[in-house]
Amino acid sequence: MSAAHDDHHHGPAKGLSRWFYTTNHKDIGSLYLWFSFAMFLLGGTFAMVIRAELFQPGLQLVEPSFFNQMTTMHGLIMVFGAVMPAFVGLANWLIPMMIGAPDMALPRLNNWSFWLLPFAFLMLTSTLFMDAGAPNFGWTFYAPLSTTYAPETVTFFIFAVHIMGASSIMGSINIIATILNMRAPGMTLMKMPLFVWTWLITAYLLIAVMPVLAGVVTMMLFDVHFGTSFFSAAGGGDPILFQHVFWFFGHPEVYIMILPGFGIVSAIIPTFARKRLFGYDSMVYATASIAFLSFIVWAHHMFTVGMPIAGELFFMYATMLIAVPTGVKVFNWVATMFRGSMTFETPMLFAIAFVVLFTMGGFTGLMLAITPADFQYHDTYFVVAHFHYVLVPGSIFSIMAAAYYWLPKWTGHMYDERLGKLHFWMSFIGVNVLFFPQHFLGLAGMPRRVPDYALQFADFNWISSIGGFLFGASQLILLVVVIKCIKGGKKATAQVWEGAQGLEWTLESPAPYHTFTTPPDPKLIHDQ
Amino acid sequence: MKNQSPTSSTKRLVRKLFLAAVGMFGFGFALVPMYDVICDITGLNGKTSGRYTVAEAEPMVVSDREITVQFMAQNGAGMAWEFHPNDTQVKVHPGEVRIVSYRAKNPTDAVMIGQAIPSVAPNEAAQYFKKLECFCFAEQKLEPGEEVDMAIRFFVDENIPEKITKLTLSYSLFDVTDSSKSAQEVTAR
Repeated sequence: MSAAHDDHHHGPAKGLSRWFYTTNHKDIGSLYLWFSFAMFLLGGTFAMVIRAELFQPGLQLVEPSFFNQMTTMHGLIMVFGAVMPAFVGLANWLIPMMIGAPDMALPRLNNWSFWLLPFAFLMLTSTLFMDAGAPNFGWTFYAPLSTTYAPETVTFFIFAVHIMGASSIMGSINIIATILNMRAPGMTLMKMPLFVWTWLITAYLLIAVMPVLAGVVTMMLFDVHFGTSFFSAAGGGDPILFQHVFWFFGHPEVYIMILPGFGIVSAIIPTFARKRLFGYDSMVYATASIAFLSFIVWAHHMFTVGMPIAGELFFMYATMLIAVPTGVKVFNWVATMFRGSMTFETPMLFAIAFVVLFTMGGFTGLMLAITPADFQYHDTYFVVAHFHYVLVPGSIFSIMAAAYYWLPKWTGHMYDERLGKLHFWMSFIGVNVLFFPQHFLGLAGMPRRVPDYALQFADFNWISSIGGFLFGASQLILLVVVIKCIKGGKKATAQVWEGAQGLEWTLESPAPYHTFTTPPDPKLIHDQ
Repeated sequence: MKNQSPTSSTKRLVRKLFLAAVGMFGFGFALVPMYDVICDITGLNGKTSGRYTVAEAEPMVVSDREITVQFMAQNGAGMAWEFHPNDTQVKVHPGEVRIVSYRAKNPTDAVMIGQAIPSVAPNEAAQYFKKLECFCFAEQKLEPGEEVDMAIRFFVDENIPEKITKLTLSYSLFDVTDSSKSAQEVTAR
């Protein structure tokens, strides 16, 4: 803190305007994380409506059209409002501290990236209060459901997606510029923590595919309002084209939602196993391979549209190939834990659950990749179970693990370990009771996105809903833990965790408002 | 923190990344013609190609093979016309030029414009189905109560793979009265 002559150096501005005008990466990180948590609760509320309606066969609570709005809004809010902003928030908080940089490369752009989001989601959720109702065509918004047959509010949806896309692209540019240009002396690329590596690759994926998403909604806008026929067969277009363009975005998108999680787990497991991460280099290459493969597998989402056999085989094998780098990662995590001196604090519990349950989600993904089998599984609850296993105990557990792991560094206090463990076990049991029976429902033929179902599916839906309510309610514990931890608790040391490695743990807790205004001592930067 | 402006290397990098994002936006749109080209080559979506103009030589007739061609018709959402093939099935030798027809009737009280969109199953047969003349090449305008026969002159390419013995040509008829180029003409009446 030698630059004491700088009068902006004392700390954050006072009052509410601090949050509007801030360019500080820690403030913006907190804003992203709080926003994401709010969206998580909102999207979760929609999920509760869905599970409540599916609690019993028959139509009890909501109209089918409103049910469709709920599934659509749940998906959109969770993907674009909860998971992605949470990872961007973690990137903001952690990347500068991990690479020894004073802030993000473009602090003002950073402020703008964040403040676009609340308006995008305000616009999206405001459609719920309009006469035409919210978008009801599913989060994948397939044409012509989202064009010819869409409610009028589709235009709000399109502009909301444009704004979210702009926010993500600017955020990614910022992250790449920070990682490539702001590393402290001695922080070579192959010494960067894996969270930084995975985010670097994720940011490139975002720059590659978010514009394609913006393009596809722009085409929709033109089809809906300006008489073009990109996706309308009557005018010479093709609705299947929509699916190709959408999934060209959509498949890299699902890796965007998991790669930073890989980075988080690769930080947490070595800490609590008290061993170095096994196979750092292979982790980096595996992440890059997954990112590359994500561009050539999109059509496995649409095996049933009628593709030539050569196409189906190509997409089947390319998809299965992804299991190889993913397997490398899983084995590396297990090898890191092998013969380690493990302790099971809350972040470690979430990280281990991530490894086990994400792998299960990965295996069901392999089942879905088998083209002939997919003709049976397509659009059933088996798919719902698969992607919820990789997204909830996958992405979201990794975000929660990160929250518990770095919370002492952010707040300066230890969180309540007892409540943390309670949160973990309730979430762990809840998520499995919620999603595991959905595999059986799917294999037995229950289709996705239905408000009512045949009587034979009643028992498993009942169990699934109970799990859903348990999982939903237990997330309020996280809110309590975080607020308690901000208000007080045992003082956290700089090191926080005995086995933690990395530059952020050389800073005092809570991390000062401005860190690494002078680069860290290169001796603090260790080989991975 | 001091109000530092980004270094010039950061500016250069940001400019490149921004251009990459703009480029990918363009790429999204480039996927549309790319998709059409790929469909044309592979018959991916069962779309048949446009008018076939006969080369110098007439197509060679392979008289020892016979292909069954079936005809189907369906209406797009909200299309009020009666629309059906006059022959549901014909047998042709590859290379042999045939004429078949569909019948359409506009039972409404309004002048309407229809556009038929063809699709061939199996998809890989699409590229071997050659149309010399087809009502689907143009919009069809029918007066109230008017009924017409609409012809297709076609042949099946002699290079069609051995395993394909039967193909189905299906037309979806869409109401394009509002969006058609000649729509103003229609409403002017």
